Amino acid sequence: MQDVTYRRPATVQEASQLLKDNGPTARVLAGGTDIIVMARERRRDTRMFVDIKAIPELMQLSFSATEGLTVGAAVPCYRIYRDETVSRLYPCLLDSASLIGGTAIQGRASLGGNLCNAGPAGDSIPSMIALEGEAQIFGPNGWRTVKVEDFCTAPGRNVLDAGELLVSIKFPAPRPGSGARFLRFIPRNEMDIAVVNCATNLTLDGNTVTAARIAIGAVAPRPLFVPAAGAALVGRPLTDETIAAAANASRDAATPIDDMRGSVRQRKHLSYVLTERTIRDAARRARGEIVSHV
Amino acid sequence: MSSRIIIQATINGEPMEFLADERDSLLEALRERIGLTGSKEGCNNGNCGACAVILDGRLVNSCVVMAAELQGANITTVEGLANGGELIPLQTAFLEDAALQCGICTPGFLVASKALLDFNPNPSEYEIRYWLAGNLCRCTGYDKIIRAVQHAATQMRA
Ligand SMILES: Cc1cc2nc3c(=O)[nH]c(=O)nc-3n(C[C@H](O)[C@H](O)[C@H](O)COP(=O)(O)OP(=O)(O)OC[C@H]3O[C@@H](n4cnc5c(N)ncnc54)[C@H](O)[C@@H]3O)c2cc1C
Ligand code: FES
Ligand code: FES
Repeated sequence: MQDVTYRRPATVQEASQLLKDNGPTARVLAGGTDIIVMARERRRDTRMFVDIKAIPELMQLSFSATEGLTVGAAVPCYRIYRDETVSRLYPCLLDSASLIGGTAIQGRASLGGNLCNAGPAGDSIPSMIALEGEAQIFGPNGWRTVKVEDFCTAPGRNVLDAGELLVSIKFPAPRPGSGARFLRFIPRNEMDIAVVNCATNLTLDGNTVTAARIAIGAVAPRPLFVPAAGAALVGRPLTDETIAAAANASRDAATPIDDMRGSVRQRKHLSYVLTERTIRDAARRARGEIVSHV
Repeated sequence: MSSRIIIQATINGEPMEFLADERDSLLEALRERIGLTGSKEGCNNGNCGACAVILDGRLVNSCVVMAAELQGANITTVEGLANGGELIPLQTAFLEDAALQCGICTPGFLVASKALLDFNPNPSEYEIRYWLAGNLCRCTGYDKIIRAVQHAATQMRA
């Protein structure tokens, strides 16, 4: 590891000041499962770690029917899937949080880190998009909010400006009749990077879809919100035909690359398949069925 | 240049004060500053679990934790599992069931399995495999490890 200084600010103001004063080589340290590895391998010039885990807002996990869910950006995955309220109301977040790395990674890895890292295959990002997540950002000019689907800009890049940090992600309370599901395709069951991943959030009135948000990952330079896939469902009954129309929209939106994990053709196909499967599971959850996250 | 820092933490039940480099990982601090060499470096990037320890009640890979983060923390390493000189059922089961060959993965598997059984004393085979998915073993083929954990769990519930 290169020489590095460690700071542990107690407030968002202090954290922002440290980031601003020390420039781009001052890196936020949440769970460290991305940044410590990148710093050690010198893939990111890192002169300072700004550990944000002593800041109460960053470690907050709270729900209210009016405010919805607030997930502090540094809350580790294990706290998310062991939380009774989140498990009951946001099983789609559990789908993601319980798949990021293995148990020891989940002891530290945060949704905020996953989002800020801006990997095209980040496993929490499609879920956060589908669930209408909003990133709460603090910086030298105060607070601002960015929708999760607009947060990542390119592989490893996000909208944060100098001195800004992600403080929390907010989700509206689930609508009555809604359900959401995240799935990832990898060649084994755990511990790999997605070939494709996908999340769907549906609201049903009887069998008619009244709202739908679908996002796919690992098929574009950033996790992709696919409004056309949702639009193929809204106002229509959930049938094999409407589901196929939505899945086709995902396949059309995907602009993947060939790499060692999968080919363009396979990724296009998987965009279709995972869209279809997440729609079916989301509908089951919307109807109150239990769909286990593993 | 990164500087030396004094860290106060409880390690294996013992309050300690030690000197570390600001750029040390927890794994480096354990092995090189404190002399607790039970935790192993397999990959040094979070993938293999050989360096697993329990940090404030949760399982983590110590190669992806900075030592500087430890102020006031409570850490259990493989050295802290035995009661005095006496092995716990998990350790005995690993020996009796031949759940190791070269042994480099064993400290990580023991610590991870301990964290599992503390959380869930009666895990299914699926739950054990899922929990241990982040621990890699080049030698055993895993089945013997899974059986040892099941065996220890049964003994501990008896
Ligand atoms: C073995 C292993 C397996 C993994 N498996 C998966 C997987 O299956 N799926 C997956 O998606 N990822 C996986 N990852 C990657 C990583 O664990 C996740 O991306 C994780 O969610 C990152 O969170 P963190 O809290 O550890 O982030 P950190 O490493 O602390 O930070 C990540 C990046 O975001 C920045 N950052 C963090 N928080 C903030 C903030 N609040 N404001 C501004 N910037 C911030 C950091 O400076 C850094 O650049 C894996 C990593 C390892 C080592
Ligand atoms: S050495 Fe830490 S996970 Fe491999
Ligand atoms: S016993 Fe050799 S790696 Fe597990």
